[in-house]
Amino acid sequence: MSTVVATHPYIASLLNGCESGHDQLSWLGERRAAALERANALAVPTTRDEEWRFTDITPLTRVPFQPAVAVPHPGADDVAKFIIPEAGVRLTFVDGMFAPELSANAGLPYGVVVTSLAAGLATHGSVIERHLARHARFEQDVFAALNTARLRDGALVWVAKNQQCPTPVQLLFLSTQKAVAAYPRCLVVAEAGAELTLVEEYASLVDNAYFTDAVTEVAIGDGAQVRHVRLQREARDAFHIATCAVALARDANYASHAITLGARISRHDLSVRQGGEGAEARLDGLTLIGGRQLADTHTLLDHGRPNGRSRQLHKCIVGGAAHAVFSGKIAVAPGAQLTDSAQESRNLLLSNKAHVDTKPQLEIFADDVKCAHGATVGQLEAEHLFYLQSRGLSEQRARNLLTYAFGAEVIDGIPVPSLVEQLEETVLAETQSAE
Amino acid sequence: MTRADAKVLLEVKGLHANVAGVEILKGIDLVVRAGEVHAIMGPNGSGKSTFAKALAGHPAYEVTAGTATFEGRNIFDMAAEERARAGLFLGFQYPLEIPGVSNAAFLRLAYNTVQGARGKDELDPLEFDDYVREKMKLLEMDASFLDRSVNDGFSGGEKKRNEILQMALLEPRLAILDETDSGLDIDALRVVSGGVNRLLTRDNAVVLVTHYQRLLNYIVPDYVHVMEGGRIIKTGGRELAVELEARGYDWLKGKVAA
Repeated sequence: MSTVVATHPYIASLLNGCESGHDQLSWLGERRAAALERANALAVPTTRDEEWRFTDITPLTRVPFQPAVAVPHPGADDVAKFIIPEAGVRLTFVDGMFAPELSANAGLPYGVVVTSLAAGLATHGSVIERHLARHARFEQDVFAALNTARLRDGALVWVAKNQQCPTPVQLLFLSTQKAVAAYPRCLVVAEAGAELTLVEEYASLVDNAYFTDAVTEVAIGDGAQVRHVRLQREARDAFHIATCAVALARDANYASHAITLGARISRHDLSVRQGGEGAEARLDGLTLIGGRQLADTHTLLDHGRPNGRSRQLHKCIVGGAAHAVFSGKIAVAPGAQLTDSAQESRNLLLSNKAHVDTKPQLEIFADDVKCAHGATVGQLEAEHLFYLQSRGLSEQRARNLLTYAFGAEVIDGIPVPSLVEQLEETVLAETQSAE
Repeated sequence: MTRADAKVLLEVKGLHANVAGVEILKGIDLVVRAGEVHAIMGPNGSGKSTFAKALAGHPAYEVTAGTATFEGRNIFDMAAEERARAGLFLGFQYPLEIPGVSNAAFLRLAYNTVQGARGKDELDPLEFDDYVREKMKLLEMDASFLDRSVNDGFSGGEKKRNEILQMALLEPRLAILDETDSGLDIDALRVVSGGVNRLLTRDNAVVLVTHYQRLLNYIVPDYVHVMEGGRIIKTGGRELAVELEARGYDWLKGKVAA
């Protein structure tokens, strides 16, 4: 048993009561102990850290969040509005803890497992051991380290070799308590040739401040395909810091649709590592914020092998005095010849006080590659407005339509129709001015 | 078809306009009557596209002198959308792409907005779908263009067909078609001009802005105007276009200067 006092007092407060050494499984105990050690050693990042230079999380450190405790769960009626009808399978977590009675499992075929990590350890221990805390690196990331040190349960989605999961899988993380910290954890494994559509959603039944520190790991085997919808609609006063690490094997295919709507301060770190030749990734992102929200998205596309392909479109619609950050790194390793990568960051400011920082970064160490990138920040273009006005639309109507369209371009790509419809309504509600 | 007793749709007198503080139009006079087809020709930079956009109400074009009345109303008192609702249509040289808005939704919104402004019935999505498919046959357009985003990924010819489709839906009294022939291959040119011809009636009119005579083989003009240096320097019949094709614009420049 080890308890080390964290060097950083705020981290120490979050780690209060966190101990390692109780695990029955030695490998899990070792990983948690290593994470605890790193969490103890690392400090809360500040704007002096390059990876956090645009995002000041001081407001987070002013609230002494306690670990969530088990409380009576919300009723099925409260949860109903978050349920995606297309998803035959749903795991619901309340304040980070599995809520079996709010989950659904409509006859999964053989070769598809959707269960809690705790239950999965008994039946799929070797899969979990192979991947859990292996992809989301916590050595230099205090929040991933915290999550891993506090790892008790989470979601496990496993699709066996050459199996297709027939309906989308929904992982729903609901917050119900104020001033608590929750540590959601997901492990998603698609074995060679498997296919899966996943919806990972963070939402809230309360308006108060709370803290979500989430880690998701996605391992995609040879020729497997995963479509991953990530929807962050936390309470407006919440803090949300999440790491998603994706590992792609040979010819694997990954498509991410990450939608950021909620939280006072949010951070999403998405890293995609192509560890096999010919892997393909598509990263679409939409951040739609207003008021005094701050939403930071950091992505890394790491082309480690030849013939990789990636397409990225990240969009921000920023109203009020909100602040959006996008930092997108594309790394091409020395041997990763014939990589074909394109990144686009497009940003729409709806008010004079709205603010965007966008930072494309290319690190290319191979000489026969195609890497395109571009970034725009602005208001609606006069030519587009004129085009619509010349068709009879009023200026305000034209503005509303173009703002809506700006978001719809990303939303329309989501492979779940009910979510597309729901999110289109959200964009309309958040962006439209009286005509 | 010209008729001396036909109603005057557009009357432009002494029009001057600036773009970014530079005077581009330097005194244009033009009368367009119902039933007429006019062609405005001229070399690049002569001001013909500026003229088209100034009439349609582009915000970057500042009218500094002159008048333009459309069916008796001063169009420079009207916003661009009011001009459109009143029956003025501009077919764009470079139609804009709007990813995220389906062509069907856009066409219906434009149609219903203009219908509503004219006190006519609007159509619900199902009714509109039938209506627009009929119009699309006119332009030999595949129905799949309804589901795609507005002009997004359309070829040059597809964009121009989509412009004329909008003209067919909005039923303008006066359509100004800015370089509608540019970027069209011979088949697309035939289809697009065939569509325009079928939309022509004795109550409406078309102004074709074009660099080349080629389009005028398909849509035969009653009048040909040649622009140079922000003015109309010569007006004639169809034969003027033929002569320009044979001799170029320099011939005319020299002749006028002399």
